[in-house]
Amino acid sequence: MEYHMNSYIKKNILNFIFVFLFALVVVISYYLDFKPIIQITEENFLDFISEMFSFLPLLFILIGLFDVWVPKEIVTKNFGNDSGIKGVILAILLAMVQAGPLYASFPVAYILWKKGGSIRNIYIYIGAFSSFKIPLLTFEISFLGFKFSMLRSIFSIPIFIIIGIIMEKLLKNNNFEVKDVR
Amino acid sequence: MIVLIIITLLAIFLSFIADKKKTIEALKRGSLMFLKLLPKMLNIIILISIILYFVSKEFLITNFGSNPGIFGYVMAAITGSITLIPGFIAYPICGYLIKNGVGYPIIAVFITTLMMVGIATIPIEKQYFGLKATILRNGLSLIGAFIVSLLIGLLWNII
Repeated sequence: MEYHMNSYIKKNILNFIFVFLFALVVVISYYLDFKPIIQITEENFLDFISEMFSFLPLLFILIGLFDVWVPKEIVTKNFGNDSGIKGVILAILLAMVQAGPLYASFPVAYILWKKGGSIRNIYIYIGAFSSFKIPLLTFEISFLGFKFSMLRSIFSIPIFIIIGIIMEKLLKNNNFEVKDVR
Repeated sequence: MIVLIIITLLAIFLSFIADKKKTIEALKRGSLMFLKLLPKMLNIIILISIILYFVSKEFLITNFGSNPGIFGYVMAAITGSITLIPGFIAYPICGYLIKNGVGYPIIAVFITTLMMVGIATIPIEKQYFGLKATILRNGLSLIGAFIVSLLIGLLWNII
């Protein structure tokens, strides 16, 4: 559990150098009024950063609480290999009430795996998360219309269930595991 | 968003009443996971911001077009698979594209690949699931995205 600052910096040294270089370029670009970089920063980068920082910390707090409070037996029973159709429905429902880009589903998948969730249900969860979140659907309907959103949802559900089943078939006996980022 | 904040605060509050020590442990574990992901995430966000600069609305309209050939669909799939655009930016762009004559089937390819396939986040997905599972999921999702958009395209004018 202990995580040392030194190894953290060592493991991410290239990442930090890259971030530092980008920051440097941005500062110089503002100084020289170099439009492309300013546009990249203001129209794209800041949007992503604010999206990331607005919900990711909350998500990780909830994951931490889930980790501490929810016993493994409960997840294994309702989400594990013998959970049947109940596990599938739970995976989809859990994904539907969430928000955020695809990468936000990975740490949740990790904690579900750690607590005994099955490969199939974890990938169904990721699939449902990618295309079936309620916040996303409301947004989609308002911009692309109900017909489009309805058709896309109806066809997507069997697709991500099938993907979950295939993933389980292909990975089950292959030492598959979900790990936290090192 | 507000709902998420309320739920999180409520969860922390209830947890804290139930067990102070456990709550602190939970916050520690959560923030540690977050900190480990952060540097990698920052890099990808910077890269995507730069890529998106070159993918303008004009770029999308010329390449998706009102009468796209196979090339248009392939371009839509590639753009959707590689980029990582949050829904609140992607949907307004798609609404704009449709108003400018781009058809729903090609929008379907773009949206489904955008949501299900994540080339840009492969370095992160790989950390959690390993390279093999990551490539499998993205490959299957790409096929799935094509099936979904094909069905939308086939049924669009019938319904």
